[in-house]
Formats: sequence, C-alpha cells, structure tokens
Amino acid sequence: PCPRSHPRTCMKCGQGTAALVIRVGDPFCRGCFREYFVHKFRAMLGKNRVIFPGEKVLLAVSGGPASSAMVRQVQEGLSREAAKRLRFVPGLVYVEEGAVRRQSPQQREQTLAQMETLLQATGFPYHLIHLEEALELPPSILQPGPERASTSSPSYKEAVDSFIQQQRQDGDGGTSLPGHSSPGRPAGAPGTPSLPDAARTQELLRSFEAAGTATAREELLEMLRTHLIVQTARDRGYAKVMMGESLTRVAVKLLTNLSLGRGAYLAVDTGFTDQRHGDVMVVRPMRDYTAKEIAFYNRFFGVPTVVVPPLFTKRREKPSIHQLVERFLLGLQEEFPSTISTVYRTGEKLSPEPAKASSESQRCLLCLCGLDTYGGEWGGHWGDLGSSRAPLGDPLALTEEELALEPTLILEEPAAGVESKAAYIPLLCYSCRLTFKELGPLDTLPAYVRAEGQRR
Amino acid sequence: FRGGAELLFDGVKKHQVTLPCQPEPWDIRNLLKWIKQNLLKERPELFLQGESVRPGILVLINEADWELMGELDYKLQDQDNVLFISTLHGG
Repeated sequence: PCPRSHPRTCMKCGQGTAALVIRVGDPFCRGCFREYFVHKFRAMLGKNRVIFPGEKVLLAVSGGPASSAMVRQVQEGLSREAAKRLRFVPGLVYVEEGAVRRQSPQQREQTLAQMETLLQATGFPYHLIHLEEALELPPSILQPGPERASTSSPSYKEAVDSFIQQQRQDGDGGTSLPGHSSPGRPAGAPGTPSLPDAARTQELLRSFEAAGTATAREELLEMLRTHLIVQTARDRGYAKVMMGESLTRVAVKLLTNLSLGRGAYLAVDTGFTDQRHGDVMVVRPMRDYTAKEIAFYNRFFGVPTVVVPPLFTKRREKPSIHQLVERFLLGLQEEFPSTISTVYRTGEKLSPEPAKASSESQRCLLCLCGLDTYGGEWGGHWGDLGSSRAPLGDPLALTEEELALEPTLILEEPAAGVESKAAYIPLLCYSCRLTFKELGPLDTLPAYVRAEGQRR
Repeated sequence: FRGGAELLFDGVKKHQVTLPCQPEPWDIRNLLKWIKQNLLKERPELFLQGESVRPGILVLINEADWELMGELDYKLQDQDNVLFISTLHGG
C-alpha cells in the first residue's frame, strides 16, 4: 500500500524544505508556515473588527497550547513596526484548577509557579485566580452587564481613525504597554501566590463530586471558569476577553453542544464573538487554527506551555459526551482528513440570533442565553411542577411514555422548608436543565447560583 | 513525549534509547511496538490504536511532520529524534 507521503518542498515558496503538512496536502517550510500563522491572527482580528485600538483586552490563558500560542501572537502583533501593529492593551488571566484535576498541594504550587513565570515573562499585567474563588462570585455574574449605549460608541472605522489622529498629535509615543505597572499583579504578598484554604477546596470539590455524570462535571467546570474570567474582566475594566479555542476544539464543541441540546446556541458558543454577558464580549481568535498547526508552531518557535492533568473522573464512570465526540471526530479525521474542517465550516455558517431586548426572565440562569423553552409545550407544564400543582394533576399519574419524553422532569418530595431543585427548572434552557439534573443537590451548588435563582 | 503524552511514560519527556539489532527493519511501525512493550507504563490505548498512534497524537521525525516522511514506513536511522505530541483534551 502506498504510504501517505508528500513532496518535501514547500509549496508556497518552492524553495524551503517542507517541515509540515497543513490541511489536506500542503507542505510548508518553517518560514512560510510562520508567516501563514502570524498572518492568520491579524486577518482574524482585522476581518471581524471588534477589537478597538487602545482597548483593554483580557487574554484567558490555560497553559495549554492554543491559549499559549494566542499570547505569543499578541506579543508578536504588538511589537511589529507601527503601521501593521496590533493596537490594544492586553492583560492575562489564569484560572488554577488543580483542586478538580487531582493535584496535590505541592503539584498545584508547582503549576502556579510555572504559570507565573510564563505570565511574568510577557510583561503584561496578569491575574492568577483559583477555581475556588467561584464560590465567592456575586450573583450579578449571572446577569448580562449593561452594554454601552450604541449612540455613544463609535464605529470601528471611526475608532481607528481617531486613534491614529491621537497618535499623530502625541508624537509617535505609540501604545506603550503597561508592562511594569502592577495594577494587575495578584493582590497580597509578592512572591508565589498561595493556595486557597482547605475548607474552600473541599467545598468546591463537593460540587464536582456530587455531579452524577462526567458530562455534567465538564459543563460545570466550564461554567465556573467562564464566570470567573468574565467577572475578572468586569472588575478590572476589560470590555473584551480572548479565549484560545482552536478549530479542532470548536468542531468538537459544535457536535458536543448539539448532543447536549444546545443546538439553538451553537453560534454563540462557538462563533468568533459571544456577547451574552453584555458589557464583556468574548472573542475566539484561535478558532481558525487546527490543533496540529498550533502544536507545530509552538514546537518550532519555542512557545512555552504548562501541562496539567485532566478533570477528575470517578472509577467506572462512562466517558463524557465531550470525550466521546473528540474521539469520534479525531478518529474519523484519520480516514477522512477534511472531517474536522467541514464540521467547522458548517458551524461558520451559523450566526447568532439578533439580540432581543431580553428581560432576565427570558435568559437561562446558568448560560445566559435566551431561553429556548419559554412557552414550549413541555417547558410550560413541567416547569411549574415544582412550585404548584400542575394543571394535569398528580405527576405520578403520568404514563411511562410521558415520563420518558420529558428528560428535564425532576420528581422530588421536597422536605418541608427545603428548597426544591425542580423550582429552578423554569429558569433554565433545555440543555442546562439536563446538566442541572445531573448535578448534585442544591446545597452542593455554588452560593451565587442559588442566590440568583432564588431571586428570580 | 509532549503535550500530556509524557504522563503515560512516568512523566519523562525525553528517552534516549538504543534499539536492539534485529533482522526486521526498524521503521516507525516497529518502533511503536517496541515502545508498547518497553516504555509504556500504563493504558496503551491512550497512545496507540491498531498499529499506529491514537488519533490526536502528532509524530515528528527530526522536527518534521511524519506525513512528509512516509509515516509508519519511515526507516529509522542512527541518532534520529522521534517526538510524539498529544493534542488531546483529556483522558
């Protein structure tokens, strides 16, 4: 059988020795690959035109390859000669998740030290936070912040023009990086940041251990992490957050979220921009890079990364939907090398629904997306079950079929005075209902979720 | 081994190995078999699939994409450097 092998000369410049194969069969030499990679980042930002010059942008860094490559692109972009230079003001945030990745305190400190070195080396202000801090989030994180009034905010072009004007007036001082000013350093003692105390870690672990499925646990992790990052952005005056999801990760997320019942929100969950938080916009500038491109770039050009163990799983637990989809897609990709890019490009055709003036009663408590269950046949009826007698009478009189058809139904006998989980159902979108059902009892959920839920 | 793959090999990223003389040629295919028998400490299915590496694991031979070198059929030469990078999410 003919082995898969490609010509050894770069297809772009025709001269260099090819170092890797991009996409389905394009050999590139190192030099051309670097240009391709760097150009893609600028093109991504340029095409989408949502990052304004001089704007503060928070880069969410996980230590993983994609977010690390993203930081490097920002560094490169900011340092280029004036005309082509990227023009925003970056900060970094790292969420330390060792508690739920089965790391010992020593390992957590080691990871933190490595990450701090990495972040410090950029010269950008950085913030190191622990996942445990999610326990202290304010309930307001579950509401979108006030968006800037459209009358007062300039268009992208206007913003660029006025920025250039300003630069000319200032003389070419350029956008100086707030490299050594320390408003972003973690509060508290200089030197290695310390771990949260054991009680908080225990409390956090309780939420995760109470999750009944690996899928719900992954969703919980992503939710807490995102809320922490957005809150940090809000607290520190960043209107934009950059997340390092690669093309591969986006394709997996598209199919995973479809399986989770989030079909209505695919565009928001995977698109370049995600505006559900209102005042803080999430952008995904790495979504056009495959995991392979990122891995090679990091290897060739010395981008440092920090590896951490995966989220813990219980013995004999079935794999999460996320893991299954990843395995499925990557497996298919071996034989059909355009699988992942096809999924991705199909996803690109999705665009978010124009934002309706949604009151909070129309937004999911957990994911902040517009509810897709409002007024629906099932949503309407079953949602009321927990708080009042359903019009259909005794829920236990339902047929087997009806029960099977309604996966978000929670049958409980709430003890007197104790809050029932079922009461939250009307506040959630379809897929968050499913996740919610698989998470533990109410008292294992973080306080801010319960507080906001009770308020609504 | 990088990208998390090292976790399957006691956390050791770099292994200097001397392969024994044998009549069969030392190609990547046979190297993988040798790795399974001699280096892999746990859970081979996280690294190997069939006679190749698991999807999501990249292979570089002397800092170049193995797709340019014939993949499993590449014949190893003295002092060659083979790098496995995992791009997998977790587990």
